[in-house]
Amino acid sequence: MKIMTCPMNGPRNIDEFQSFGPVRDELDPEQTADADWSRHLFRAENRKGVVVEWWRHVPSNYFFLAERDLVSNEIIRTFDASQRSGQS
Amino acid sequence: MNRLPAPFGTRIDRTRPLRFSFEGKSFDAYAGDCIASALAASGQWMLSRSFKYHRPRGVFSMNGAEANTLVQLPSEPNVAADRTPVSEDLQVRAQNVNGSLAHDRDAIIDRFGRFLPVGFYYRTFMGPRRDSWLKFWEPIIRRKAGLGIVDTKAAQRHFDKSHLHCDVLVVGAGPAGLNAAIAAAESGADVVLCDENPEIGGSLTYGRYDPAMLADLTARSEALPNLLTMTGTLCNGWYEDNWLPLIQGDRLYRTRAREVILATGAIGQPAIFRNNDLPGIMLGSAVQRLIRHYGVRPGQKAVVLTGNDEGYAVALDLVEAGVSVMLVADPRSGGVPGPLEAELHGRGVAIQKAVTVEAAEGRGGHLARVRIGGRWVECDLLTIAVGEVPAWQLSCQAGAKVGYEDVTGSMTLTLAQGSVRLAGSVAGDHGLEGAVAGGRRAAAMSLQRLGHAVARDTVLDKVKPSCPVHVQPILANARGRDFVDFDEDLQVKDLHNAIKDGYREIELVKRFTTVGMGPSQGRHSALATARIVAEATDRTVAEVGITTARPPVGPETLGVLAGHHEVLERRTALHARHLALNAAMKPVGAWWRPYFYGDTGDTQKAIRDEIMAVREGVGLLDVSTLGKLELRGPDAGEFLDRLYTMAHANQPVGRVRYCLMLNEMGSVVDDGVAYRLADDRFYVTATTGGVARVYADMLFWNAQWRLKVDVLNLTGAFCGLNVTGPKARSVLEALSGDIDFSREAFPYLSGREGVVAGVPVRVMRIGFTGELSFELHCPSSLAPALWDAVMAAGKPHGLMPYGLEASRILRLEKGHILIGQDTDAITTPDELGFGWAVSKKKPFFVGKRSIEMRARLGQARKLVGLQFPAGAKDIPGESCLVLRGNDPVGQITSIGFSPTLGCSIALAYVHVDDSKEGSPVMVKCRDGALVEVPVVGHAFFDPTNARQEM
Repeated sequence: MKIMTCPMNGPRNIDEFQSFGPVRDELDPEQTADADWSRHLFRAENRKGVVVEWWRHVPSNYFFLAERDLVSNEIIRTFDASQRSGQS
Repeated sequence: MNRLPAPFGTRIDRTRPLRFSFEGKSFDAYAGDCIASALAASGQWMLSRSFKYHRPRGVFSMNGAEANTLVQLPSEPNVAADRTPVSEDLQVRAQNVNGSLAHDRDAIIDRFGRFLPVGFYYRTFMGPRRDSWLKFWEPIIRRKAGLGIVDTKAAQRHFDKSHLHCDVLVVGAGPAGLNAAIAAAESGADVVLCDENPEIGGSLTYGRYDPAMLADLTARSEALPNLLTMTGTLCNGWYEDNWLPLIQGDRLYRTRAREVILATGAIGQPAIFRNNDLPGIMLGSAVQRLIRHYGVRPGQKAVVLTGNDEGYAVALDLVEAGVSVMLVADPRSGGVPGPLEAELHGRGVAIQKAVTVEAAEGRGGHLARVRIGGRWVECDLLTIAVGEVPAWQLSCQAGAKVGYEDVTGSMTLTLAQGSVRLAGSVAGDHGLEGAVAGGRRAAAMSLQRLGHAVARDTVLDKVKPSCPVHVQPILANARGRDFVDFDEDLQVKDLHNAIKDGYREIELVKRFTTVGMGPSQGRHSALATARIVAEATDRTVAEVGITTARPPVGPETLGVLAGHHEVLERRTALHARHLALNAAMKPVGAWWRPYFYGDTGDTQKAIRDEIMAVREGVGLLDVSTLGKLELRGPDAGEFLDRLYTMAHANQPVGRVRYCLMLNEMGSVVDDGVAYRLADDRFYVTATTGGVARVYADMLFWNAQWRLKVDVLNLTGAFCGLNVTGPKARSVLEALSGDIDFSREAFPYLSGREGVVAGVPVRVMRIGFTGELSFELHCPSSLAPALWDAVMAAGKPHGLMPYGLEASRILRLEKGHILIGQDTDAITTPDELGFGWAVSKKKPFFVGKRSIEMRARLGQARKLVGLQFPAGAKDIPGESCLVLRGNDPVGQITSIGFSPTLGCSIALAYVHVDDSKEGSPVMVKCRDGALVEVPVVGHAFFDPTNARQEM
């Protein structure tokens, strides 16, 4: 089983974590057309490469961010949401 | 008896004889024997019939690696006879035979084999109809080609799971693994050494080696307190970050190792020629295991086929075991005779070079003679030592790449540097000397990574092979029966036919022919298959490769995976009170809740009495399972505004407001109430089933919004008691405390903090039942005291505790929805008629954008009340369809008999055009009867809400 390093709890088994999907663009709902809004909600890009994802450490209900390589499944780094640089 | 004197037979205890039966016939054995060794000692070599052609099969590896030795025990099918110990009175039967093992009526299939080409099933049993396979062919074929029979009445066993952590895990306790484990442990690392055999030593226990070496290693390993040796333990897979399941008996050890050394050894390969599957043909290592482990003489007249030193050692072992070695056939030509060869010469054993075994013939289901260089040699034993492949399964799971050296004909494994390394024959370390050095080298590298100081000279170089390596040819026979895969009865021509049909890639060849899909999982067939496919498609073996090796490495029982039976359940702090009142407890999700109270003589009456108590007097419900969240911080109001559909930022302190939660697609996902305790503090309830998700979602959103608010989940820490009914106020006023329960001081939809009966409480006036209700929340530890006080104060007023079923009817009479019962994944607030609960003024809340968009797309259905006439005969059940013409447009979501109204009432989704009061809708009952029933408003009872606002 893979190990994930939680920024708050340290290295833990991956089955203590829940993925909340890649960080999405923040759209202004009022300025977005219906079709774009649907795509925003339902479509995942699933591109090759490195993504930044939301993860939750379930026992502590702590949300943080992880940079993961979708090809090698390597977790490159994990960090608290307060260290999020700009909007991705 | 084919028994040899001690020291042969290290596993058996000759002082403990026992008897068991095979195919109904009684056999002698010793404690420590496996089924196959005990049978072999009595001359019973045939153990099974093959999967497809029902050919006789027997011991091949003596290592539990193939289907040949699978037998049926009374309570367990598919047991490897060459691994499973015998016990007194054990009843063993052969599998997959029609009649008996000796006289299998299906053995005739062997003669018609040419009518059963590869892919036969796929092509032949397609028709005549689409479902013919399932309905007709599959049951017939399953009977013909079955394995063992599961005993569904077998006694329960205790299965268990445990955790292990170590610095170094060494898999395989042969010479390489044992040396690696000892070297690592002697440097101070915490080491676990596992091996699937009952003892450590691997080939040292059965090979022709100096016993002093094993004795020395055993003594050293036993002296190390930081070396945990686990025998009889199968390492069944490698998973990311060195997580490995170790299975020992009925226990699964989930093992996390910082470093892993795989010393899994090598797998002896069969030679391919006509009738190469006859009982009596076995690997050299199998012969040595029979002799040294079990003291069994493996035959009377033997031929040894060998392309390496190992075979010469086997031949010497056979001579010493009193077997007449008729001939040693060595396909290599020339070369300087080694010491073993010279010793054999000295014992008068004939050695023939540059020849191989071309074919074999059997008599009575056993090997009778082999053809070598065109000449037939009589024998009842042919031992084969013509090459091996590294035991690649775990290594490949850990990322090793498979290669092939065409010159030496050997499969290689390479593993990128990391925390996993290979040692011994799996790594291509040659011979005993190479294995020992390889083990020490692997340990040194692991220790270095762990930060131990390692002497430079222990990081040894690889030992190069010293003798010429022979590549055994694949001798396809025009008449077939040249088996590549014993498990699946596949011959060389079957693979050729698959290639002719266009299946060139190894994964496709596997799927079409089933090669490697049997219990041996390609251990004996993967290399030969790759060579055949490579030759036929004009590619190199390395290009063709082998199929992906996935966990599990060996068979595992479902019980081991499941572990011991354990259901997690939650009880409220009032559980004992409910039991004392004879409550019928029911599981609701993880919680146990009272369904109703009192003896079960008349369930319906008990529930009806509870309902009437609430409507006419006063009732008490344990609502502790409700989700309870406390939000604290200057942005708490703003946070709730974004999360829920109603306005909360402007909610006055001391007021309680309904809250409705949507997801981003605008579907209703939860509801509850929010009680503002202070400017910066809210107490929010969530549904029993939804609170875990609500709690997670709150923190997920705030990880993005970064508002100044904390969320605390008090679900387990607080209990809730709902005191409800026209006399609720009288009961609470009878209790001591500092809260004014009067109508003026404590109006509907407000909340108060204070003390009741000495217990600190938060009280909310809300109305799930539709009656005057006070919901008292308090710390769980104090809840029983509060419960007792309310019960005592309620006694003069006829207070009755009521259960879940009464609660559901009470809320149904008021038309109150239950999230998840009356809503589904796409329910919008409009479909519930909850427009009043959705703020039109707020610029944003989760789901706002989507419900606006969905409103423009048009609404198809609406949740309405349906009231069935008193005494109606046909009453639908939950989930029964609502029809419009012939089209289903909705369904019943909740239904029950209302004692207050004297008829059945339901909530149902109907077509939006039929949702007006009085519209008739058609419902299809479970028995198919169609019932027409008029739509009524949501609230069947007290639609003006006069009672709850008393």
